[in-house]
Amino acid sequence: MKAKKFLYSQKTAPYIFALPFILSFIIFWIYPLISAFVMSFQDIGAISVKFVGFKNYGKLLKDTVFHTAILNSFEYMLFTCLLLIPFPMLYAVLMDGNLVKAKGLWKALLYLPALTSVVISGTLFRLMFSEYRTGQMNVLMVMLGLPAIKWLKSKVTSEIALLMLCCWRWTGVNTLYFMSGLKAIDKSLYESAEIDGASGWQRFKFITIPLIKPTTIYVLTISVYAGLSMFLESFMLWAGNSSPKNIGLTIVGYLYKRGIEKDDMGYACCVGVVLLIIALIINFIQLALNGTFKKEDR
Amino acid sequence: MKKKLISAVLCGVMAASMLAGCGDIETASEPASDSSDSAAVADDAASAASGDSADADAAGSASSEAAPTAVTTAGDPNGTHMEMWSFVEAHNNFYAKMLDQWNKENPDRTLEITFTTYPYGDMHQKLLMSLQTGEGAPDLCDVEMGQVPNIYEGLDTWLYPLDDAMAPYKADMLASRLDAYKGSDGKQYGAPFHVGATVMYWNMAELEKYGITKDDVDAVTTWDDYTALGKKYVAARGEDGKFFTSVDTGGTDWMWLAMAEYGEDWTGGFDGTANVQLDSVKKMLTMQQGWLKDKVAEVSPDGHVDLEAGYQNILDHNIVSFPKALWYMSRFINYMPEEKGNWYITKCPVFEAGQKCSVGIGGTGTVVTQQSKDAKLAADFLCFAKMSPEGEQSIWNDLGFDVCNTSLWTDDKFAHDKTNQYNAFFQDYPYDVLASIKDQIGTVMTVKISPTINEQMCTTTLNEVLEDGTSVDDALKEAQDAVELEE
Repeated sequence: MKAKKFLYSQKTAPYIFALPFILSFIIFWIYPLISAFVMSFQDIGAISVKFVGFKNYGKLLKDTVFHTAILNSFEYMLFTCLLLIPFPMLYAVLMDGNLVKAKGLWKALLYLPALTSVVISGTLFRLMFSEYRTGQMNVLMVMLGLPAIKWLKSKVTSEIALLMLCCWRWTGVNTLYFMSGLKAIDKSLYESAEIDGASGWQRFKFITIPLIKPTTIYVLTISVYAGLSMFLESFMLWAGNSSPKNIGLTIVGYLYKRGIEKDDMGYACCVGVVLLIIALIINFIQLALNGTFKKEDR
Repeated sequence: MKKKLISAVLCGVMAASMLAGCGDIETASEPASDSSDSAAVADDAASAASGDSADADAAGSASSEAAPTAVTTAGDPNGTHMEMWSFVEAHNNFYAKMLDQWNKENPDRTLEITFTTYPYGDMHQKLLMSLQTGEGAPDLCDVEMGQVPNIYEGLDTWLYPLDDAMAPYKADMLASRLDAYKGSDGKQYGAPFHVGATVMYWNMAELEKYGITKDDVDAVTTWDDYTALGKKYVAARGEDGKFFTSVDTGGTDWMWLAMAEYGEDWTGGFDGTANVQLDSVKKMLTMQQGWLKDKVAEVSPDGHVDLEAGYQNILDHNIVSFPKALWYMSRFINYMPEEKGNWYITKCPVFEAGQKCSVGIGGTGTVVTQQSKDAKLAADFLCFAKMSPEGEQSIWNDLGFDVCNTSLWTDDKFAHDKTNQYNAFFQDYPYDVLASIKDQIGTVMTVKISPTINEQMCTTTLNEVLEDGTSVDDALKEAQDAVELEE
């Protein structure tokens, strides 16, 4: 009877329903987070574990490879945001208008790459951008009368390959987000604007862009996060975590290298904590600039 | 206000999920976002790609890339039950074959073993975790050379020393090879498959077209001779894109060879400090820069010859000679079968007469864990399988490795068996070459700092020296600084 009363109580019921989430959140999120933070101050050996204070963080400051990794991740994040927001938005607007025929086909074609595994697409791109004479891109270069290039050995060309892989894979997904955002805009707004004599560009600028802002913020947020946490694309493109002069090393790649490949969990956790702080700062700035934190009744 | 709180929490959660890789948990993050699932699938990727690990020694390393977990149980159901892991299915098939023989010869100590094949990265990770936690490790497990420093770090709290079990076979075994699988306490923790002796492979069919005979090749004893012959070949051929050899930016085999020749070791061994600014390494790199300048050599496509592009380069006859360990023979059989009968094997050139001319590279040091129900029995079986004459015969025939039992190298029935596919493939008998360099095979230790040195070399130093033409001294100085940061 007591149990029933307890379960039916308006006060406790919400907590009971939320319990599974809270438990999994504590076990799989909070605990590892705290544990990672503690481990970042430890030197974790095969048999012994000892506290070393800020030694790991001190080493991180001097670690040029880590600095390279941060720089790479930032560059990648920046370029993906620059490429993966305007273009998908444009495609979505085109797809929403009457200019494009066979919309279903285009949508499917754009979305298709997202269904392939990164492992497979990464391997394919590695072969395409092979420095060997028979690599697809080099065949193309030779056809254009240009010399063959060692694509994945220099910074600029490898960045191109990485961004191509990324755009090929994610343009469709982001287009989908924008299209669903566009669907939510009331069509009568466009009609009345048209009656008032607004041009296509004006309608896009003054109706579409402001009203699609929530979607844009969402896409931007996940793009920032995904750009910073990118690992698999570079891992597959270079067939492993090592790229010439670390041009493809990302922060997460470095974390993986330290933690798993070199079995140095303490240092890896230290990398992880720094990554967490960086990501938090960026996202807070970004969300603040977008006005997400402003009072609702503006 | 509420919204502010929620968005702050959400934002925190999202950023926190980046730590997922660290805490080894899978994330249910936002729906398909720009690669947001990368952390969760990182483990799979590791296993998928690690087949390319430069020193993975087995014939099946490429096929293990995508191989699903294979589980088989073999042996006597009434015997002691054990678990064994490997990262190459061919290894497990070999052990299963040896298990039958063991049970026949030891009816009072029979065994039943469940063999499991995992992808390379997964297996070593699982093993390491189970040793660290003291639970869930198999009785026996293959450990690839590159992973030896990680796994052997736990010494005899993790692993069972094999010294006693190895004693009956030890006399004929190549000592330098056994040393490679010793822990820092001097105890033997791993049993070897092969020597991995580095030899020179020559495409005689191609060389002869341009007037270079076997006698010319046999006459090469020093690197100066080698360079001269290379210039002669390239001049005779006079074709763009055709070179004498290729130098590696993604592998350190050339450097290992140079170090072995001078008796140096950049790791400094178990007690020493690492030093990459060695004369041997400088000489090798300077010589290679010269080759690149004179168009005698090219940089190996994709970094080294043991990759798809490397095989293609050899098939296209873009290079006609290169040094590589004897286990590379299996790559010819598996990936370049059309080259049958074209290739000739000799010992490697040296810098100065009288130096060692080979080095053992790669390998699998199989271990017995302390978690085993009957570690002594496991160790006895392991040494029987990998070191007895019967075992060695099967290692050569089935796996194509250069066995460590030196007495077999000169055994006519073993070394000159015409039905062996490796003997049939090459113009000379691999074991004749091996026997001729028996006392000239050097060792470079694999210790805790090894992965760091290897990585620094393969990602940065070799690329700087061979691709960008940076001065050898500057590049090695930079490498030394990076290595010292880790010590």
